[in-house]
Amino acid sequence: MSERLRALSTIGAAWLLGLIWGLPLLYAIWAAVHPSAFSTSFEIIAPLTWNNFARAWDAAPFARYFVNTIMLVLGIMAGQFVVCTLAAFALARWKLFGGEVLFALILVQLMVTPDILIVENYRTLHQLGLIDTLTGVGLPYVASAFGIFLLRQTFKSIPKELDDAVRMEGASTLQTLARVYLPLARPVYIAYGLVSVSYHWNNFLWPLIVTNSVETRPLTVGLQVFASVDQGVDWSVICAAALMTSAPLMIAFLIFQRGFIQSFLRAGIR
Amino acid sequence: MTPKQKQTASCTRIRTENRAGGQRPDSAGAQRAMRNRQLNLQLQGWLLLLPAVVLLATFTHVPAVSTIIDSLFSTPRGRRPAAFSELDQYRTMLADPIFWRALDNNLLYALITVPIAISLALVMALCVNGRIKGRAALRLAFFTPTILPMVAAANIWLFFYTPDYGLIDQVGRLFGFGAINWLGNTSTALPALMAVTVWKEAGFFMIFFLAALQQVSPDLYEAARMENASRWQIFSRITWPLVMPTTLFVAVNALINAFRIVDQVIAMTGGGPDNATTLLLFYIYQVAFSFWDTGYAAALSTVLLTVLGVVSLAQFFLLDRRIHYR
Repeated sequence: MSERLRALSTIGAAWLLGLIWGLPLLYAIWAAVHPSAFSTSFEIIAPLTWNNFARAWDAAPFARYFVNTIMLVLGIMAGQFVVCTLAAFALARWKLFGGEVLFALILVQLMVTPDILIVENYRTLHQLGLIDTLTGVGLPYVASAFGIFLLRQTFKSIPKELDDAVRMEGASTLQTLARVYLPLARPVYIAYGLVSVSYHWNNFLWPLIVTNSVETRPLTVGLQVFASVDQGVDWSVICAAALMTSAPLMIAFLIFQRGFIQSFLRAGIR
Repeated sequence: MTPKQKQTASCTRIRTENRAGGQRPDSAGAQRAMRNRQLNLQLQGWLLLLPAVVLLATFTHVPAVSTIIDSLFSTPRGRRPAAFSELDQYRTMLADPIFWRALDNNLLYALITVPIAISLALVMALCVNGRIKGRAALRLAFFTPTILPMVAAANIWLFFYTPDYGLIDQVGRLFGFGAINWLGNTSTALPALMAVTVWKEAGFFMIFFLAALQQVSPDLYEAARMENASRWQIFSRITWPLVMPTTLFVAVNALINAFRIVDQVIAMTGGGPDNATTLLLFYIYQVAFSFWDTGYAAALSTVLLTVLGVVSLAQFFLLDRRIHYR
C-alpha cells in the first residue's frame, strides 16, 4: 500500500469515527427542528419548525426548572469557593497538628461522593428539614475534596515572600488571602468553576432523590419526569426538550471551547 | 503545578518559624508569649478549616461509618425499631440472585466499557493530534457528548434504539436486519447501555491523552523516522510507553465511574428487562427508595464502599497522584 493511500485511509477512518460520534446529537437536532412526521425520515426538503421546542416548553414547567438549576449551580459554586478556599488556605500555609491526617481524610471524598451514601445522607437531610429544598440538593457538595485539593496545590505554588510582604504592611489573614492568593489563583478558580457548574448542571441521582416538587426540581430531573410521563412517545418533542436542557452548557462550550477543555484537563477529575 | 511545586511546598514554612526563628526565647515570659502565639495560630488555622470539616464529616465520613453500622441491624418497620441482626443482611445478600446479577452486570460493565472507552480515546487523541483536515470539527464531535447531561443523552439514545423506526434499526434494515428491541431484550439491553457510556466517556478521556501526546518530544518521532521505523513501531515503542501513566490514571477513574453508573439505567431501562441492566448503585437506589429496606440498602452500600476502597488502594499503589492531578 502506498504511503498516500495509507494516509488517505487514516483520514477516512478518523472522519468515520467522528461522524459516528456526532450522529446521535445531529439526529436529535434533526428530529427537534422538523415536524414529527419527518423525525425518522430524512428528506432535505422537510420543513423546519420551532414548534417542538414550544410544545416542550408548554408541556412542562421548564422555565422554573431552568431557574432552579441556575440557582443550584451558582449556589454550589459560591459555597464551594468560600469553603474550599478557606480550607485549602489553611492546609497550604499552616503547619497544623494533624493536618496531614486531615488532608488524607478529606481526599476520601474523591472516592466516596455524597451520592454513594444516599440512604444516610437522605436521613441527615430529613433531620435537618432540608428534603425538597435546593439547599438540600447542594449542601453535601459544598465542601468538595476536589476543590480543596486543587486550591491547596495552587496556593502552595504561590511564593511565600508575597505573603510575607503583604503581612509586613499589616494585612490580616483574610486580607492577605484576598490580596495575594485570590488574584494569583484566578485561572484555577475559572477552571474549577466551569467544572463545578457543568458537573452540577448534569447531576441527576441526588437531586432526583431529594426533590419532589416543581419548585425545587433541577432540569435533569425535570427532563426525566417529562420524558417518562408518556408523551405519546413524540420523539421530536422529547429531543427538543433534551436539547433545550443542555443548550446553555453546550452554547457556552462552543464559545469557550478551549477554556473548557483546558479546565477539564486542569481539573483532572470531575 | 509541576514537579517544581513540590519544592515550593517543601519550602513553605509556617509563620511562626519565619517570625520567631531569629530571636531566642530567653525568658519564661517570652516563651509563654510564643506558646500563646502558637496556640493562636493553630486556632486560626482550624477555624478556617471548620466549615469544610463539619460539612465533610456530615456528608461523607459519618454516613460512611453509620452505613456500615446500619448494615448490621434490621430495617426498622412501623413501630418495630431496628434490631441488631449480626450478619443477617449479608446472609440475605448472598442468597439474593438480584444482588449477584447486579454485581455481575457491574463487573461486566467495567471490564467491557473501560478498555473500549480508553482505546477509543487514544485513537481519537491520535486523530486529533495529527495534522488532519478538519481537526477542530473532529475534536468537537468527540468531546461534545461529555458536556451533555446523561439524562439528555439517554433520552436521545432511547430514540436511537426505538425498535423499527429508530436510527439503528433503519440502518440495520438497509443491511437486511429486522426490527430489534434493543432495550427490551435481556441479551442486548446491557450492551446497549454500555454503548451510551462509551460514547459519553471516550471524548472526556481523549483530552488527557491529547495532553500527554503534546508532551512527547517531536525529536523522538524525528529520530524514529530517520531509522525508517514503521508506524506500528513508532506507536508501540514511543507513543504507547509515553502515554502509559495517563492510561493508568484514566483507567482508574473510568473504573470508579463504572461503579457509580446509575443515570442511564434510571432513564433508559429502570434495571429491566428482568434485571438485565441492574447495576450496583441502581439496586441500592431501588432497595432504599422503592422497597424502603434501608438496612439491606446499607449492606449493599457497604459492598459498594468496599469495591471503591479496593480500587482506591490500587490507585494508591499504582500511581503517584501528584504527577497526574496536574
